[in-house]
Amino acid sequence: MTNVDRSALTRRSLFVGAGALVVSFAIARHVPAQEAGVALPGSLDDAPFLDSWIRVDASGEITVFTGKAELGQGIKTALIQVAAEELEVTPDEIHLVTADTARTPDEGFTAGSQSMQNSGTAIRNAAAHVRALLLEQAAQQIGASAGTLRAEGKAVHGPDGRSIGYGDLASAINLHVEAQPNAPLKQQGSFKVMGQSLSRVDIPAKVTGGQAYVHDLRLEGMLHARVVRPPSPAARLVSVDASAVQAMPGVVSVARDGNFLAVVAQGEFQAVKAMRALAAAAQWEERAMLPDRADLPAVLRSLEREVGTVAEEGSPTPPSGAQVFRARFTRPYQIHGSIGPSCAVALMNEDGLTIWSHTQGVYPDREAIAEFLGMPIERVHVIHAEGAGCYGHNGADDAAADAAFIARAVPGRPVRVQWMREQEHAWEPYGPAMLAEVEATLDQSGRITHWNYDLWSNTHSTRPGGAGALLAARHVGESFAPPAAQLRITPSGNGDRNANPLYAFSNRRVLWHFLPDMPVRVSALRALGAYANVFALESFMDDLALEARVDPVEFRLRHMEEPRARAVIETAAERFGWADGSLPAGQGRGFAFARYKNLAAYMALALTVEVDRSTGRVRVVRAVAAIDSGEIVNPDGIRNQTEGGIVQATSWTLYEQATFDDTRITSVDWASYPILRFASAPENVAVHIMDRPGQPFLGTGEAAHGPTVAAIRNAILNATGAKLYDLPFTRDRVQAAMAL
Amino acid sequence: MAIRFNVNGTSHEIDSDPETPLLYVLRNELALNGAKFGCGLGQCGSCTVMVDGKAALSCITPILLLEGRAVTTAEGLGTIDNPGPMQRAFIEEQAAQCGYCIPGIMMRAQALLQENPSADEREIRQALDFNLCRCGTHMRILRAIHRAKELMQQASASTEKEAG
Repeated sequence: MTNVDRSALTRRSLFVGAGALVVSFAIARHVPAQEAGVALPGSLDDAPFLDSWIRVDASGEITVFTGKAELGQGIKTALIQVAAEELEVTPDEIHLVTADTARTPDEGFTAGSQSMQNSGTAIRNAAAHVRALLLEQAAQQIGASAGTLRAEGKAVHGPDGRSIGYGDLASAINLHVEAQPNAPLKQQGSFKVMGQSLSRVDIPAKVTGGQAYVHDLRLEGMLHARVVRPPSPAARLVSVDASAVQAMPGVVSVARDGNFLAVVAQGEFQAVKAMRALAAAAQWEERAMLPDRADLPAVLRSLEREVGTVAEEGSPTPPSGAQVFRARFTRPYQIHGSIGPSCAVALMNEDGLTIWSHTQGVYPDREAIAEFLGMPIERVHVIHAEGAGCYGHNGADDAAADAAFIARAVPGRPVRVQWMREQEHAWEPYGPAMLAEVEATLDQSGRITHWNYDLWSNTHSTRPGGAGALLAARHVGESFAPPAAQLRITPSGNGDRNANPLYAFSNRRVLWHFLPDMPVRVSALRALGAYANVFALESFMDDLALEARVDPVEFRLRHMEEPRARAVIETAAERFGWADGSLPAGQGRGFAFARYKNLAAYMALALTVEVDRSTGRVRVVRAVAAIDSGEIVNPDGIRNQTEGGIVQATSWTLYEQATFDDTRITSVDWASYPILRFASAPENVAVHIMDRPGQPFLGTGEAAHGPTVAAIRNAILNATGAKLYDLPFTRDRVQAAMAL
Repeated sequence: MAIRFNVNGTSHEIDSDPETPLLYVLRNELALNGAKFGCGLGQCGSCTVMVDGKAALSCITPILLLEGRAVTTAEGLGTIDNPGPMQRAFIEEQAAQCGYCIPGIMMRAQALLQENPSADEREIRQALDFNLCRCGTHMRILRAIHRAKELMQQASASTEKEAG
């Protein structure tokens, strides 16, 4: 970036100051914004060239590139809408290319509900910039001012009826220029595509048997592989006689390297049978290394090595004589539990190594795999292909590494690896177990004056990273160790996500007791620490509201100053009919609120539960949510994600915990790790979306999980008087709490 | 010895190991994507197809049991250009997130509605209890099946009219 036009820089500053947006925009477009010290919107700041995001070829074909991946959250559809809107074309005129290390920008991981803020914002601004350049070019060619021109149908139309196609215009302009921070975005009143519930572009293929997932890839000459994982996390392979397996029908080869054991066959079921035979032939030495699940709080405390201050304000010490309340909350290890086990296809040939993976991060995965295999990074190409919903860091990257490692040994042949159900359940990294202790003080008027919160947790991200993040790399003879976990306090949080209440408490102290050792493999599960932290925070708000004899919604509003937070709380309460306290017999109602990460979507939720007193069975009956995700791109997309979040978090809350003895994981299928079934699904889930024209996009996908767990807990309290502090709310626990 | 059965209206002779679960034959020999591997244990329903009109778990159904039978997968319900009522209903209701469980759920619902065209909410939930959805799309899936029921009733009413 040496080609700085100083005069343009000066003029641009002048024009921006004068508010002459379009003119200054046009004049200043060759000035690298970053060099001028201006941050570019969203991921443009990392990949500033317009043609990294948008290309228009001579025939007018429009291709949009995103480094984000479709995970079933509908991101492709929303990104197409944003691009189509700003380019003044219809959605079907956009060809979208998603995460691919050879084609798209590096946008890290598709995670943290950040795709709209980062990629959506980048594409929107880049598209607006491209539209401005197309209009400017047309203005020159037509000889009219840009303001008199109209873009429609992939062409720019002049006042005299002349029109020039995007292809012709694009041939005359250079899109390999850096974006500017002030692209002229369209405003809500003029939207044609944004704000509409455009049907998801991926659903028709998914319901008609189209090729939709990496599982569906069938490459010429493809072989099928299965991995034989150790019987327990710390097991060592002592010996294996693979000769009988080698002779089985269809078997191509058996791979053994350290504790990594796999079989490659012509046919998929041949690979499965060979895998079973190989597992039976393998001798392992196992070690009892897993923690005592019966006393997780003690285990978590014993692992504490460091304390980080997440928030501190005023004094942590309540005045003497004040009423202090305390509670302790726990959350177990929980799994992602993708319905489709992890899968990948890899091909090693003269071009290098190509991997099709449902990874959330093609670039980080490429780096990790290149390190694992000792290959130059430019020889490794990772292409995202959809998997089943992942909800965070599951086995995707590991399956990609498995496929890559196996494919290297059979060059020229694509290798497809698919995990078995028990492998997915036992080997994916879990959402970390957590312990939280809260201590709060109420004054005479029923106001919280002090809030002290201590949480114990591992890191919630062990993503690649380096090769040590990959199971296969840990299992091979010359193994890679996982990098040491680091305590980091960041604005968006990790284990401490949403640990700092958004409420106006004048004294607070929030501490993260950090556990660097991970006796159970853990990583990012949707919402990270926010699920447990909002559980603790919003449950305790209800306990305190009870003590203060104030309605829970009113109690929250008394402590909440942020207008947008108040708006979702008030809206959810109103739509639910909170003021009308009547409920069917046997039901209770609960309320909860959170702003995800304290900087993404605002979400409030009111719901009812019915509790069967004889069995302790809890069912969510009706849920009403209000969500503020900033400017709305696809209302039905926001609704779908929010409904899904509520129902998924209901499953986590009522049923889910990973189980293990001192040596082996014992929750290895859907019988030993039950989840919500249709008979127990709610009767009704309604989501109201706040209209926030002109506001930045706020991440939606993980906003519902924290409020859901707390609202269920508070509704059980309302229905029965039972206070639950330990997840999940199994029948036994509900019965025990009712008996207190 | 080859096993002969019909898939989506076409008869096939399959030469694979008779123990092979139907799912692998559908996905690999016949290159059909609809039925999905989810658990291989008959616990999740992702692999659900219809065999002679009844819902069946293809991951635990060896092909040796299929001689002379008729298998229907999601591909047999319609095409992307001409989706059948069940598929149209799921598209109309946007009843998918990742979508991986959906074809199995559609086949379960199709079998139910063919057997009982006026199945009510309770009967639908009961039938779907064999199938797991992890994204939490349950509410939309239920709506879509009610919608499919309407579309199928409309279709059969108009067929009767034509016949009459």
